[in-house]
Amino acid sequence: MGVIHGDLMTLNIGPQHPSTHGVLRLKVKTDGEIISEVEPIIGYLHRCFEKHCENVTYDQVIPYTDRCDYIASMNNNFGYAVTIEALMEIKVPERVEYIRIIVAELNRIASHLLALGTYGLDVGAFTPFLYMFRDRERILDLFETLCGARLLYNYIWVGGLSHDLPRDFVESVFSFLDYFEPKIEEYNELLTYNKIFIERTADIGVLPPEVAISFGVTGPNLRGSGVKWDIRKDDPYSIYDKFDYDIPIGAGEMGTVGDCWDRYYVRMVEMKESAKIIRQALKGLPAGDVHQALPKKIRPPKGSIYKRTESPRGDLAYYIVSDGSPIPYRLKMRSPAFTALSVLGEISQGWMMSDVIAILGSLDIVLGEIDR
Amino acid sequence: MTVDNLINWFPFGTEWPVLTFVTAVIICALPVFLFIAVYALVAIYAELKISSFMQDKVGPMGQGVGLHAWKFGILQPVADALKLILKEDIIPDLADKKLFVMAPFVVFVGAFISFAALPFGQNIIIADMNIGIFYILAVGSLSVIGIILAGWSSNNKWSLYGGMRSAAQIISYEIPAGLSIISIVMLTGTLSMQGIIEFQSGTIWGVLPNWIIFNNPFSFIAFFIFFISGVAECNRTPFDIPEAESELVAGAFTEYSGMRYAFFFLSEYAEMFVISAIAVTAFLGGWNSPISGFMNSSGWGVFWFMLKSLSLIFLMIWFRWTLPRLRVDQLMSICWKVFLPFSLVNIFGVGIWSLLVG
Repeated sequence: MGVIHGDLMTLNIGPQHPSTHGVLRLKVKTDGEIISEVEPIIGYLHRCFEKHCENVTYDQVIPYTDRCDYIASMNNNFGYAVTIEALMEIKVPERVEYIRIIVAELNRIASHLLALGTYGLDVGAFTPFLYMFRDRERILDLFETLCGARLLYNYIWVGGLSHDLPRDFVESVFSFLDYFEPKIEEYNELLTYNKIFIERTADIGVLPPEVAISFGVTGPNLRGSGVKWDIRKDDPYSIYDKFDYDIPIGAGEMGTVGDCWDRYYVRMVEMKESAKIIRQALKGLPAGDVHQALPKKIRPPKGSIYKRTESPRGDLAYYIVSDGSPIPYRLKMRSPAFTALSVLGEISQGWMMSDVIAILGSLDIVLGEIDR
Repeated sequence: MTVDNLINWFPFGTEWPVLTFVTAVIICALPVFLFIAVYALVAIYAELKISSFMQDKVGPMGQGVGLHAWKFGILQPVADALKLILKEDIIPDLADKKLFVMAPFVVFVGAFISFAALPFGQNIIIADMNIGIFYILAVGSLSVIGIILAGWSSNNKWSLYGGMRSAAQIISYEIPAGLSIISIVMLTGTLSMQGIIEFQSGTIWGVLPNWIIFNNPFSFIAFFIFFISGVAECNRTPFDIPEAESELVAGAFTEYSGMRYAFFFLSEYAEMFVISAIAVTAFLGGWNSPISGFMNSSGWGVFWFMLKSLSLIFLMIWFRWTLPRLRVDQLMSICWKVFLPFSLVNIFGVGIWSLLVG
């Protein structure tokens, strides 16, 4: 009598919740504000991507890849096209390679802007979100002139592109970069070096490099933990080896290496590096025909291939088994956001309720890609 | 204009004292209620426009059809209020219905009755009590009960979190706020709101207005402690932990809709005004003109009082659209480890100062 046994409370964060970045459900066991267990439950957005792909021709897969990571569709198109080209051993024209890199890096900036903006929102800063959306809007406008779509581009095709660059595109991108690069300083002043923001993110949700590697975490999340690993440098595809750029890694500037602030800051610096790549690519852009290597009918030889590319979220890879027919026998996509989410339970134990939201936001997941 | 004057003015005051009292109170309460309603509409419009300015967007511009299509969307808050009134009033099945219905009004009452002791002008105060500032601090904490009720009665885990956080936060921040007011009371020697303002008339060395904030270094610090604690008591960013929309959906107000939600909203804005008004009264000279002898008549008093209060409200809006949100334990440690020791030192400081200088 009279003894109250405390118990853990089970709390469902999501599937409808402002900060789960889509329809993710986190089953959380809490002791007051302290979280003792986080179990991500996924599948609310499952659309049978891989099964669909087994029923359509190779070029019809591209619109489906758009819809996986809908924040960075260009990079998904790019990865798929590169994979099929490697399987078919197609050499694409130089101009195509340059344009692909320009649009992929532009989309990386757009994706990081969204990630950082919503991260600000997760820790309660409303205004940076709108600033970053304002600038992301300009990239979407550029893409709209490029291919008519603002989100799901279907632009990079196997062996080429759907359209050549529109008139004045190069000048517009240059003027965008001139506008955008000083803005990064503005974000830094407003959010990155804000005392409250640092309090909320530094030393929180530390992801040690060995844990990151053992979970297969890639991309900015891995680099935030201080591991210099970027497919663009370490396993170069397309013509990334022609450009001069750095791979930023987390240095524990505000706290421990691999904390939320590091993951955030790596993305911030990556936008600068992407802008650098775009400038070089725009300067070196050769003339030519973008449809030159476009195969009439895509019929890869019998065999299989696994090829990885660096999407804004990390190591995005396609595994394709071809039986020689115009339809893929099997297509598997390796999702970087999926591995990033899998580490959430590991690094958010013992933190507080608000921290779990901050950690989830810093992993920058896209549920469209996780559930596929 | 005070309740006492009104009671004395009634010809039948002595025959039916209760009736006279009730009539006088209602006559005084109505304009206050109207004032809060109008002020809230203006403040919401201001918040929309100021946030739009800060976020590089246009805000309400009078596009589209309907009420808000008028000049510059001035009627946008009216349209919002009408929408909230017309909305379905949902009470969750498993909620504790009595408490659920009561909670918004308890919160509102806390903010509403504080207005009784706010000195809008030299003669415009509903009740110039001799314990005015103490009264406001006392009734201001009523709203905490309302938020806990809302959090508990909704039968929702998010609401419970919000209610508990808010209880801890508001009660903690009342201590530094109260302690910095104590240092003012020591200086002025009165608890009456008008008395505190009258203490601040005139100038220091003929240049600075004789406001308490400029009186000595300790009261200068006390102003900031009081104002920041006040922002925390209003649950405004960076201290909006009880509603923290990215964590707790809407905190204690998650299950509320329609008019009940509007009352929470209204009392948030009313509380912002109360906090600003106390800060203005206690530190910034109340209705005194900033330049001695310039526009210092009793009519201008209202103008100065409103101008100062609304500037502080602008500051709160500015905070909200600039800063991220603190975590709940960081918030508490700032209160107990920074503000509390500072305000205790302040009390000693003001005491020694008034012993040596004043």
